[in-house]
Amino acid sequence: MNSEQMGRNTSITQTQKKQNSLATSNGKAVIRMYDVHKSFGENHVLNGFNMELYEGENLVVMGKSGSGKSVMIKCLVGLMAPDSGYIEVMGKEISTLDRQTLDELRSDIGFLFQGSALYDSMTVRENLEFPMRRHKEKLGAVSDTTPQVLEALENVGLAHTMHLMPAELSGGMKRRIALARTLILKPKIILYDEPTSGLDPITAKEIIELMRSIQNKYGTSSLIITHDVDCARVISERMILLVDGINYAEGSYSQLSASKDAKVEAFFKK
Amino acid sequence: MVLVGVTGFIIGLVLTLQSRPTLIEFGAVSWMPNMVGISLVREIGPVITALICAGRIASGIGAELGSMRVTEQIDAMEVSGTNPFKYLVVTRILATTLMLPLLVVFGDLIALYGSALVENIKGQVSFQLYFNTVFDALSFGDLVPATIKSFFFGFVIGLVGCFKGYYSKKGTAGVGVAANTAVVMASLLVFVVDFIAVFVSDIFYEL
Repeated sequence: MNSEQMGRNTSITQTQKKQNSLATSNGKAVIRMYDVHKSFGENHVLNGFNMELYEGENLVVMGKSGSGKSVMIKCLVGLMAPDSGYIEVMGKEISTLDRQTLDELRSDIGFLFQGSALYDSMTVRENLEFPMRRHKEKLGAVSDTTPQVLEALENVGLAHTMHLMPAELSGGMKRRIALARTLILKPKIILYDEPTSGLDPITAKEIIELMRSIQNKYGTSSLIITHDVDCARVISERMILLVDGINYAEGSYSQLSASKDAKVEAFFKK
Repeated sequence: MVLVGVTGFIIGLVLTLQSRPTLIEFGAVSWMPNMVGISLVREIGPVITALICAGRIASGIGAELGSMRVTEQIDAMEVSGTNPFKYLVVTRILATTLMLPLLVVFGDLIALYGSALVENIKGQVSFQLYFNTVFDALSFGDLVPATIKSFFFGFVIGLVGCFKGYYSKKGTAGVGVAANTAVVMASLLVFVVDFIAVFVSDIFYEL
């Protein structure tokens, strides 16, 4: 056994202990992924990826560009189907769900897209109202959506932008509005796909603070996909390093940053 | 609508101006309204309008949906529980299918007006006489197949635009490709549908 494998195994062992303690302290896992494989032709993106996200936890998945982070997160919400493997969200196996049940489940999952993904042809208000149209039953019979839209916008400090178009917003504002849209249905899990990519350091820090405050306020479970070490350091309770399609190493930020494994060290080199 | 109107008007003018010398040579200039009316309603009006819409609408839909795909707006819609296929594709195909026949009728009327204008100026034919002759010459056998095939033209234009945009490959280059191929394929399919429509209508109506 070489030092690289030893380092990795040490991290995994530590992670398993951490997982066990989290499972005990935080209760059940809200997301489970076991042995997930996904290939695009000869490009094997996920090669048996395993992951569990516990209730109320902030889990960061780090990996290089093209390592399959976004593919993994898209498999989680049914935007992509894995070639094989088991994916369970809030006790429901994704691959067995019909369209309606999947849509209902999605109302409990918020997804912050890398590029914000605001609808260009709609105002900020309409963007926020859009998910509410489909999930009226969850929100109750609400004729006036203004209070909910305002609350979501106030959470991200952008109440004054309600009538603006996305084209009139800066990159950081778009990301915050997208976060507000994610929050409007009060999800139990929030998936963040590269929440700080393309933002300047100050705005990135603001977004991270916002994510923390949302987590504290609503007690959501968060899965954060990033390659931003600073973001991972501030927000993670547990981390998974995704290398060659597998969870190469797991542990807390301090555990992984102290690892002597060459592949793990590469993530934390300044 | 302006584009279809202007194009229809010019086609009516040009068709009449170009046909006049030949018809005069054969002493058949009085057949001008019949000839122009039938050719516009049966073939030129629907096909030209469809081609204009293929250029304007198919490319627009292709670019819009392609850009939504690239910027993950379609994924966001799906995650929010809305079926993007129903919300974005079905509505657009319905709109093009239902609106194209109306545009064809509008384009035909403007083209006939352009033709009547030339006849009024060059042949001293009144508008009333011109349009009476045109409507006398037209029968259901001219109008029904033309209207039915206009629905199919609209369907094809919407379908191709949506397909190319919805399944465009990632990247901004993909948006351009989607818009471009949507126009090319929609235009080509308009002619294919036209051929099939004429072939089928030939079975039901004596052309």
